Amino acid sequence: MNATSNILEVTKVNKSFHDPVTVTVLKDVSMAVKRGEFVSVTGKSGCGKSTLLYILSTMDTDYEGQVIIDGEPTFGLSGERLSQIRNEKIGFVFQFHYLLNEFSVLKNVMLPGLKLGRSTESEVEARAMELLRELQMEDHALKMANQLSGGQKQRVAIARSMINDPMIIMGDEPTGNLDKKNSQIVFDIFQKIASEHKRCLLVVTHDNDFAARTDRTIVMDDGRIVEG
Amino acid sequence: MRLLLSISLTLLRAKLRQSIVAAVGVMFSITMFVTLLGFMNGLNDLLDGLILNRTPHIRLHNELKASPTQPIDRTTDSTTHNFVRNVKPKDELPRLRNAQAIMDALKKDPRVLAVSPRLVAQVFFNVGTVDLNAQVNGIDVTQEVLYYRFADYLTEGDPHDLATSANTIVLGKGLADMMEASIGESVQVTTASGERAMLRVSGIFQSGIADADKVQCYANIKTVQKLLGRPSSYFTDINVKLHDLLEAPVMAQELSRRFDVDALDIQTANAQFETGSDVRNIISYAVGVVLLIVAGFGIYNILNMMIYEKLDAIAILKATGFSGSDVRRIFLLLSMIIGIAGGVSGLIGGFALQNIIDNIPFVTAALPTVKTFPIDYSPKYYIIAVTFALLTTWVAGWFPARKASQVDPVEIIRGK
Repeated sequence: MNATSNILEVTKVNKSFHDPVTVTVLKDVSMAVKRGEFVSVTGKSGCGKSTLLYILSTMDTDYEGQVIIDGEPTFGLSGERLSQIRNEKIGFVFQFHYLLNEFSVLKNVMLPGLKLGRSTESEVEARAMELLRELQMEDHALKMANQLSGGQKQRVAIARSMINDPMIIMGDEPTGNLDKKNSQIVFDIFQKIASEHKRCLLVVTHDNDFAARTDRTIVMDDGRIVEG
Repeated sequence: MRLLLSISLTLLRAKLRQSIVAAVGVMFSITMFVTLLGFMNGLNDLLDGLILNRTPHIRLHNELKASPTQPIDRTTDSTTHNFVRNVKPKDELPRLRNAQAIMDALKKDPRVLAVSPRLVAQVFFNVGTVDLNAQVNGIDVTQEVLYYRFADYLTEGDPHDLATSANTIVLGKGLADMMEASIGESVQVTTASGERAMLRVSGIFQSGIADADKVQCYANIKTVQKLLGRPSSYFTDINVKLHDLLEAPVMAQELSRRFDVDALDIQTANAQFETGSDVRNIISYAVGVVLLIVAGFGIYNILNMMIYEKLDAIAILKATGFSGSDVRRIFLLLSMIIGIAGGVSGLIGGFALQNIIDNIPFVTAALPTVKTFPIDYSPKYYIIAVTFALLTTWVAGWFPARKASQVDPVEIIRGK
């Protein structure tokens, strides 16, 4: 396996919760995700798949082992640097949409781009509009986030996750709260991102239909990877 | 930073009512702080002025007293003690010796602002068969108008009349009432040595101290010299006004030694007035600072509440690449915006309230020149108020902001 083609590399990650009694949730987890790969992670409730995702996202830093994102080992980096990595290299799509209700749809998409500060505000705006158009959301660009339906919010969240053209997009049950039709739309978008934009996707889901249609499915059980 | 500011403003707009309530809290405290201090200091200045305006910083005079060295002391040595009882004062004129030379020397001193001579004499006013006891102060009218606000205390009449016409007198209000004398009328004066003269009333004087107004009257120093039959070098007092009031005690001692006269400084003569001002100042600052701290708690509460309501937003911001310190800055900015908005409107409110108080009529017999409540518009209080407002809002914002920066996004996102 060529090291440079791996966007994400995980070696021997262990994690335990200590409250109220010590419970080990991840045991020696190792895996790698290549550029352009669409990977799903499934498993029973409590198997540690979400925990793994949040460690990979750099938001959870309380673990042992090493996570390498785009060639940069992230264990022990400062919070400031980890924020930069999240901003620049990782996009997120959550189960409950997590848009900022105080902002317009367009501004929601633009915020991570403005934070990165690599291009001017008008450039970021143009890019955000382009993404919304691609997701057929451009008519709603100036609405407030709380005026959208669930499926629409999720599409906006996907647009936001792509604003900085990240290496990897992570999803935590992105279709968990959507009906069949909207789930299908979201899946199609993800697939397009993987095939056309050559980004890698790592999606945690308990929806077996969804998982079955991805490039690769990682199955977890009791804190270990048992398949994939 | 512009991005963070725009996020703060958006969050603020989403919670507009609460933010306005917090800003109004700051506004009220700043308004009250500025008004209170302006009003308090206006009053302080007024009350201090009662004494400071009228009182020379140093008064040089000759105290009538027994000679400290009695003749017998000169004939015995230091090994013996002499007891002399009932010593009488020396028969000596109360005038300052060499007054003109002293005045010339003082005028050359760089610490001295103004030197003005006085001649104080005891007289009687003959009203019908009654003799009223009074003290007539011979003054250099131009100097007194310039440096001791003589004109402010004249309720009737023109100080120029007193300065230019001979044989004129300004009577204290109480004294004039007793004699039923008004401007233009003549009053008969008898000096302690029996000299008589007719003086024309050219003004009525009201110092604010009723007892003093019953016995004090003022005349041109030349008129008094003539009345007493003394030469034009005859002065009993020299009043000195300094550039810096605080130098008075040291300088009084120096002058006393140098010119061999008695010198009384203003601090010794009026020890009570500074204490009063200080206590009033402390009280008004204490009340003002307490108001600001209360406003600070208001901001603290509102920000804390806002952070609990915005935990989702904080988690999202962090997940999409905003760091803990970005989040802290957002909430600190929020607090500072409330502080600045409240502070600035508080200053405007304070100025308006000061103006209103400044126009409320305040008429008292003790203060003839004061028609409305006094206000000190000094920018000092505005600066202190704004500094304190920014400081309290910063502190009040810092703790909730730090809490927001420490929010763990994983906990929020997974806990949903």
